[in-house]
Order: sequence, then structure tokens, then C-alpha cells
Amino acid sequence: MFEGLSEKLQAVFDRLGRRGVLSEADVDVALREVRLALLEADVNFKVVKDFLARVRVRAIGAEVHKSLTPGQAVIKIVHDELLTTLGEGGKLDLGGPAPRVVMLVGLQGSGKTTTAAKLALRLRSAGRKPLLVAADTYRPAAITQLEQLGRQLSITVHSESASVPPPVICQNAITRAIQGAFDVVILDTAGRLQIDDKMMAEIEDVRQRTKPCETLLIADAMTGQEAVNIADAFNKRVGLTGLILTKVDGDARGGAAISMRAVTGVPIKFLATGEKPDAFEPFHPDRLASRILGMGDVMTLIEKAQVEFDEKETLRTAERMMTAKFDLEDFLGQLRQIKKMGPIGDLLKMIPGFNQISKDLTPEMTEGQMKRTEAIISSMTRDERRDPNLLNASRKRRVARGSGVDVQDVNELLKQFKQAQTMMKQLSSNPRLRNMLKRP
Amino acid sequence: MASLRDTLSRTRNSVFSRIQTALGQSDITDETWEELEMLLLQADVGATTTEGLITRLRERARADGIVRADALRGALKRELKALLLSHPATHSFASNRMLEVIMMIGVNGSGKTTSIAKLCKLYKQRGRKVLLAAADTFRAAAVDQLQVWGERNGVDVITGPQAVDPGAVTHDAVMAAFARKADLLIVDTAGRLHTKHNLMQELVKIKNVLQRTVHEAPHQTLIVIDAANGQNAIAQAKGFAQAVGVTGAILTKLDGTPKGGVAFSIVSDLGIPILFVGTGEKIDDIEPFDADAFVEDLFEA
Repeated sequence: MFEGLSEKLQAVFDRLGRRGVLSEADVDVALREVRLALLEADVNFKVVKDFLARVRVRAIGAEVHKSLTPGQAVIKIVHDELLTTLGEGGKLDLGGPAPRVVMLVGLQGSGKTTTAAKLALRLRSAGRKPLLVAADTYRPAAITQLEQLGRQLSITVHSESASVPPPVICQNAITRAIQGAFDVVILDTAGRLQIDDKMMAEIEDVRQRTKPCETLLIADAMTGQEAVNIADAFNKRVGLTGLILTKVDGDARGGAAISMRAVTGVPIKFLATGEKPDAFEPFHPDRLASRILGMGDVMTLIEKAQVEFDEKETLRTAERMMTAKFDLEDFLGQLRQIKKMGPIGDLLKMIPGFNQISKDLTPEMTEGQMKRTEAIISSMTRDERRDPNLLNASRKRRVARGSGVDVQDVNELLKQFKQAQTMMKQLSSNPRLRNMLKRP
Repeated sequence: MASLRDTLSRTRNSVFSRIQTALGQSDITDETWEELEMLLLQADVGATTTEGLITRLRERARADGIVRADALRGALKRELKALLLSHPATHSFASNRMLEVIMMIGVNGSGKTTSIAKLCKLYKQRGRKVLLAAADTFRAAAVDQLQVWGERNGVDVITGPQAVDPGAVTHDAVMAAFARKADLLIVDTAGRLHTKHNLMQELVKIKNVLQRTVHEAPHQTLIVIDAANGQNAIAQAKGFAQAVGVTGAILTKLDGTPKGGVAFSIVSDLGIPILFVGTGEKIDDIEPFDADAFVEDLFEA
């Protein structure tokens, strides 16, 4: 989401990099660009002002001269200040006697209900027994929405009639949690404006009755300058313990995260990164700061790979690569594993330096190519996949017809596969590489 | 425009009344410009647009020999109005088509379904026979939400089972609209981020279904934008416009977030007129967008 900002900062620092020594005037030119970028990224203008003042103090002076290039020095200072401003990623504090109550609050449309389901799923994976509470009696079908999500994920939802006041529903839910041995209660409250006094009084009431150990503000990553007022008002009324940033999978630069963190001082705990129930990640300030500065997000990529790649399958494939027995069936398996990791465009963006390249490389192109390759291999018989040499002209025509491509495309794939196979043979005859691959 | 005035009063008090203070009875200094810039930024006008405004205002001040800050007020008003009037709204509740089709699009949580309910009532009040298509088959209970509004409005809602292809529901809805002799079909689509290629392709498919079944449809493609959004609203509008074309925008949640500054860029940079503003959760909380009044209101003491 921060790509836009990182591009801009990159351009600034490229210019700086070409100069010799960094003067006060240089710093000011750079900071002017940083200021524009941060403002276009929707960081609150007051927050920007404070941020730049801190960077300026650190940039002008000894620190700059010690480093290799002035540009690098400024990048480091901006990066460090970003880290300081974003703070540590917070963990949920769910210690103490069960049931622990987590209250989700926020504006309309920020994504509370979806996030409630995601959080419940995550907690269940961590061995907890969550109870979801439908406390939004205002928006039509909000209760039904949570009930449906609960059914999909097999997580119990406590709901009552929309005529029951939300504080009462929440209190009843606690009683039910104690009886049913649920150890975490997640309250999905209605969206409300921070200036709506009556509605704010309602969540104060909920808070008093349920004593939540976590009160999380669910905030849209696309929020503008208003972010500071929203976060500040909710924090003052109900005492926030953390933030969850939603819709992070878009291209919003997400300056709101910086603003809200700065004004409340509470940590950002999670990022919601998609519409599927498992699109939910812990917040890592270092990754986010790196991404802002265009350094890529390799950690997320590696973690994604670790989760999605079936370890046994990967080992088996590696073993087969070693012995040069890698066939088209293994290739298909690999292809499908990569596909499971998500849209290829998203993956490419996480690779450092790929920001610039991926603009020319459209996701449709790579995705389309992968799809075609998969279709071609799927149209082969098992024997053909294991021994591509079987594929004579007639068989190739059949495969091409089956997968809706030209024979030429089939030939192209086979040629590429043969090249890969040759490469693997060479690799596997290298003893040092063999050892490296065997030690995953 | 009385209630829009109320709505915007917060904007005025917190931001634009301070513009007046900034442009008070004193000579123009560097601080005047700085203060002015800050105030525009705070209203989500955006750094680029703000910079452009300030530059033009400085030129005008120099050319016209304006030295007093309060004289800048009229000039700023004219600049802001010019931005909004560069692409004025042309919207009519009447249509001589046998079936008019409106497609509603936008990112998740922007307020599409609620806006449809509000529009539905406005059209119905003007004697139109409205039918709603629940083409958000993705989000849990989105169909139920539209159905509740349909019942409250006394309007039929065409639905399909969840997870069914939204194009199929759209097709069914068009057929139902013909059969029931409705003269307006409003299609509710699932919220989607403009960066999701596959989901944008799905939207193209819905549009294709409409194009194939109704002459020149969709006649209006309205993007719903949360006024609390910052500069990303521009990227949203751009993304949706590229995929399916956008004829107008509805700016929602203008009741609590005294912002709306992003409207200037959406109109002037993208050429998408703002047609309506959503001012609350109730069904009557909608107003036609009046650019002149919008700017005037921002300056009213």
C-alpha cells in the first residue's frame, strides 16, 4: 500500500545521491519532497510537521557526514523516525481469568464485522475458544452478516433480536461465555461517528458492563486527515488499547496509520489484507517502514511461502530435483503451490527493487502465462507428464486442442522444461549445492 | 440546502471559519499563505491541488494588487468554485427510456447499499417504478441488507443464491425489470478495491451483461466515495473509471467528517461530477450536490 510513497522518496534520494556533501539547504529540499509525499499519503499535516522537525534536527549535523552517501544517511534517518513513530507492533493481551473481552469499535464501513470474524479465526487457530457477539443492531442485516460468517468458520455467534439494546446483548454474551466455557469474547459493535454523542455513550456503557481487556479501533487504511480526530475521540471516550488497519491490500498509502499511532500512542496490532477470513497479519513496523522506503517486504514473502508451501511436498520436489528426476508432474505441483500464495502481482511487489519493474509487468500477463502452462500440463496423460519424450506430433496436437493453445505453445513449454532439466542436472552434480539444498 | 448547510457547519467551524480568520483584516504575509495552505490540507484538498490553488491565488494577488488578506477570500472562493464547475453535474430523475439502468460501484464500506436505498426513495417519490438488483453475492448478508431496504421502500429486490455469479443475478434482474415493467433498475455491486484486477474484471462482466440486454446500458455508473477517505479516493475513482467508466460520484458520510476536500480533485482532475452527498444513516439523509452552495457554505460565518 505504501508503494506510491516509496517511489517518491526514492526519487528524492536519487537526486540527493548525485550530490557530494549534504548541506542544510539540501536537507530542506529533500524534506520538502518528503513532506509532500507524506501529505499525499494522508499523514496528518500536524504529524508531518513534527515528524519533519525531528528528521531535520537529526539530518543536519554530524550524523550525515559519517555515512557513505548523504542520500543513504537521510534514508536511514527517515526510516528510523518512521519506525519510532509507527512504534512496536503490539500483541493482544489476553492473559487473566476467562472470559477475556475484546471490543471492536470504529466508523461505519471500516470493516469491523469482517475483522471480528478474522480475529476469531486467528484466536481459534491459537487454541482459544472464541465467542463472537453481534452487537450491531442498527445496520440492516449486520447481525445476519456475523451469523453467516460464524457459520462459515464454525465459530459460535451470540446474537439477539435487534430490539435489545447492545449493552444488554454484550452483557448476556459474557454470561453465556462463562456457561459455555468460551475464553475470548469478541464484541462487534455498530459503526459510529466519533462526534455522535449518543452512540459514543452507548459503547461507554458496553465498556462498563463488559470490562474489555482489549478495545481495538478498526480503521480504514484509506482514511484521510480526519484519522487523528477519529482516533483521538475514540481513545478519549473508551480508552483504546490498539489499532487494526483494514483494506491494506489496496493502494492507499496508509498515512492514517502513522497519524493514528502518533495521536493515541497505542500500538497497531494487526493489518487486514483481503476479503478472505485468513487475510489477517500481525503488524511489523520494520516491514512497513521498509516498504515506505521502497526496500521491499521480503519477510512477508518468506512467511507467506512458509505457510503456504507444503513442507513434505517441497522436500520431495527438492529430492527429485537433486536426482534429476524432476518431471512435468513435479513442475505442475510447484506451479500450484505458487498460485496458492496469492496473486502473483502482490508477490512480486514484495521483492526489493521490484516496485519499478512490476509496473511494466502486468499481473494478468504472468498470471495468464501460469494458467496456460497449467492447462497444457493438465491436458497431458500421467505417462506423458512423467516422460515428456512420449509426446509425438499427434499427442502434441491433442494436448494443444485440450488446453486451447497452439502446438507451438506446447513445444515452447517443453523446450523450457528441457532447459530447466538440464540446469538441474548440472546443479545436482555440484556437491556444494547438493549440500546446501539438503539443509533446508 | 438548509440541511447540507448544517452538515457542513462543522467543516466551517473547524476549518473554513479559520480560513476567514486567516484572511481577516490584515495585510497578506508569508504566514497568511502558510495558514491558508494548512487549512486546505486539513480539509483533505490534497497537497498537489492545494499547491496549485495557492500558486494561482498568489498570482492573482500580485496581478490585482491585493494586499489585504480579506480580499483573498473572494478570490479563493472563485478558484474553488471553478474547480467544481469545471465538470458540472448533469443529473435528471426523469428518463424517457423504457428501462433506465444505474450501476453502483465503489470500494468496500463506502456506503453503496445505503446510498441505493436513499436514491431508491428519491426516484420513487418522483413516480419511477424502481427495481433493485442484489449483485453483491460475495459479502455475507449483503443481499439481506438490500432486502431490508427494499422492504422499507416498498420496492422489489431481485436476488440469487450467495456466491452465484453476479452477472447471472444482473441478467435475471434485467429480465424481471422487463417483465414487471419497471422503468429503473439499480444494480448493487459488491465492494471491491480498485487494485484487484480479477474483481474489476467481474465488474466489467456485469457491465457487459447490462450492455447486451438493455440499449445503451448502464445509463449511469455511480461511484460511491467515503468522504472520510483521503487522497486514495482519487485513485479509487481513477481505477473504477478505467475499468467500467464512471458518470458521477456520490460523496457519503459527510455528516461527521467535515472534509469533502477530495471532491475538488475528483471533479477537476478526473472530470467526474459529484451528483449527491450522503449526510447520515437515515433514508432521507441525501442531497443533490450543489457546487455553488457547497463552496458558499464553506465560507458562511
